Amino acid sequence: MKRALIFLALASLSWGSAMAFADDRRDAILADLAAQAVAADPAFTAFSADRGKAFFLATPSSGKPDTPSCTTCHTKDPKAKGQTRAGKEILPMAVSKTPDRFTDAEKVAKWFLRNCSSVLGRECTAAEKGDFITNMAAQ
Amino acid sequence: MSLAIRATTAIAACALAALTLGVSPAEALSLPKVEDPATLKECSTCHMVYQPQLLPQRSWDAMLSHLADHFGENAKLDDAMRIDILSYLLANAADAPDTKGKSGVLRGIAADSVPDRITSLPWWKGRHDEVNLSNLKSTKVKTASNCIGCHTTADKGEYHE
Repeated sequence: MKRALIFLALASLSWGSAMAFADDRRDAILADLAAQAVAADPAFTAFSADRGKAFFLATPSSGKPDTPSCTTCHTKDPKAKGQTRAGKEILPMAVSKTPDRFTDAEKVAKWFLRNCSSVLGRECTAAEKGDFITNMAAQ
Repeated sequence: MSLAIRATTAIAACALAALTLGVSPAEALSLPKVEDPATLKECSTCHMVYQPQLLPQRSWDAMLSHLADHFGENAKLDDAMRIDILSYLLANAADAPDTKGKSGVLRGIAADSVPDRITSLPWWKGRHDEVNLSNLKSTKVKTASNCIGCHTTADKGEYHE
């Protein structure tokens, strides 16, 4: 019993620190985006989960016809799994469901570049990316 | 929806697609599992990793030279990664020395044509001619390009059903 308790305590400790580590990496990505957002617009103050939510749910239709919205592949519920055009499952975007989301800077840059081009027909701004991540981290 | 139910729905869709036309189990296709790390990392995010033995060298060469428009998606890679993946695909393509003649994949492809889709090959069409593919879009399988939607071990190179 005692051993089991110690195991549980250690397991929750390592889970907790893994989460904290993921949060640190996400915070570093957000800090970098915030610096870019200020450089682009000195009036920028902070990222907004509400703006991020509206951005995610919008249907800009200015990119490729097959992908008019983020939700085309990711669904309207960030906590649900999505599906690529080729049929492969996409893990939920919500950080509560997929804790390592937005923790790999290279991966984040790569997928914003690809998907903003597909959905919007242009690159996303640093402010848009920061709002998007802030919203998903709150979900 | 739970994964188990999803999987069951997908299999039911395939079974229905096959049964409506009374398909008999085709002979199995067994290909080497893709183990190349770069190919696995970059070519299995949006779709199942396709085995290089399923297209000729000229197809892979063409595909990797216009990744900015990869079936409507921007799949651009940096050049070092692109060359790394291409060399693996070329060395194991349907007409590579180690592969050639081991399957019917190349059957009926004109020498001067560069097929861009596995599902466009006469061999592929022949193997699926008794399957009703027209209603896949409304099912979880979604598209004929989603091999693993019906062939549940396709990512391991094993196409049995």
